[in-house]
Amino acid sequence: MIKVRHYTIAITLLIAMVFQIIPVPVQVDLYRPDWVLIVLSYWVMALPHRANVGVAFTSGLALDILLGTAMGVHSFALSISIYVLAANYQRLRNYSVWQQAVIIGVVSALYHSLLFWLLRLLTDVTFRFEELWPVLTSMALWPWIFWLLRKVRRQLRIT
Amino acid sequence: MDTIFTRGPSLNIRLALALAMSVMLIVLDFKLDAFSTTRVLLNSLVSPVQYLANLPGQLLNASAQRLTSQQALIEENEQLTNRLLLQNEKLQRFEALEQENTELRRLLDAPVRQNMRKMVAELMAVDNTPYSQQIVINKGAIDGVYLGQSILDERGIVGQVMEVGTTNSRVLLISDVTHSIPVRSIRNNSRFIASGSGAIDELYLTHVAHSADIREGDVLVSSGLGDVFPEGYPVAEVIQVVRDESRPFAQVTIAPSARLNRLKYLLLLWPQTSPQPDEQEEEVADD
Repeated sequence: MIKVRHYTIAITLLIAMVFQIIPVPVQVDLYRPDWVLIVLSYWVMALPHRANVGVAFTSGLALDILLGTAMGVHSFALSISIYVLAANYQRLRNYSVWQQAVIIGVVSALYHSLLFWLLRLLTDVTFRFEELWPVLTSMALWPWIFWLLRKVRRQLRIT
Repeated sequence: MDTIFTRGPSLNIRLALALAMSVMLIVLDFKLDAFSTTRVLLNSLVSPVQYLANLPGQLLNASAQRLTSQQALIEENEQLTNRLLLQNEKLQRFEALEQENTELRRLLDAPVRQNMRKMVAELMAVDNTPYSQQIVINKGAIDGVYLGQSILDERGIVGQVMEVGTTNSRVLLISDVTHSIPVRSIRNNSRFIASGSGAIDELYLTHVAHSADIREGDVLVSSGLGDVFPEGYPVAEVIQVVRDESRPFAQVTIAPSARLNRLKYLLLLWPQTSPQPDEQEEEVADD
């Protein structure tokens, strides 16, 4: 049991990555929420001394390899997004889950804009508004992930 | 539990470090291409996650196969038999034509086209970063896949291999914004460059003069120039030509022949000019 407790954060992140790349039909793909960002956000708010910018950077690198983008693109965007949350975690914790969901939406929008800007620098991609759908789906997903991960955290007494 | 950051460097320093490293990696990877060799290793490292992500789809497929009724199977069998019959008839004509073509080419002293080694691969993952169109297939370095190899489906060219892993590889689709392919119009042999637009069902031709003889319905095949794609495979069909004289070039929109949004089985090609694998396993190759 002691093992599982130590690696819970890593395991949840791994599961999030699986969800991030699981193949789905093109029509649904557009609405895929930012699983890794949401799970990381929870851990940053709950246990900022265990997971913060360093973990975000590492998961970002893993995402870069998984998604085939240039190394460093996702780690850059994820580091900044998680930094915003980590710097304000004490305030964010006092918000209700719904207010947090709005914050997650804002952070997700920031994350996608950062990704777009970086990719815009590297290749000449053009911006399309459909690419902001994940902001809404991430907001909708947040309360459920929050509830689930809090349950996991309390059950396993992760500190 | 200490919630204040007492251990390690402060948050700001961590962010600065992470950003500096990210920028360094981006420059290293994109500008200097330093990861081309380590990417194979990195891809192999994360391939368990890819297999895991692929599992639910495979399970669904397997159960769907088990649950198909006999009636459906019989119907499908009938359909396939019919199709085979029709295609065999076409093939007979094709064989005669091919022979004739070979003879004519020999008479003209043109190089005779050779058959090439082929292998069937299966789609493993579709990449969903909105700004890049890539797929992962289940064949890698151990199957002899090489960088820049052409990938086809049953209707036309899909893309080329951009990263080779040990057991899987990543394919850049022709619809990606960074991809271009030299094409030739079947009707009049005029050559063009087809570039991806980022949308999966649309490409466009770059630098087409207003006077170029191209119209809707023209079929474009790969021209074989550039030595990446073999010659003569269908790439796209012209769906719209806008000749707006106020712009320097005509706007030609084309639709890819391959069904890029519903790929399942893919064909890998080894043209004669390709780097040959060490041992020639001729399992799927035709004579």
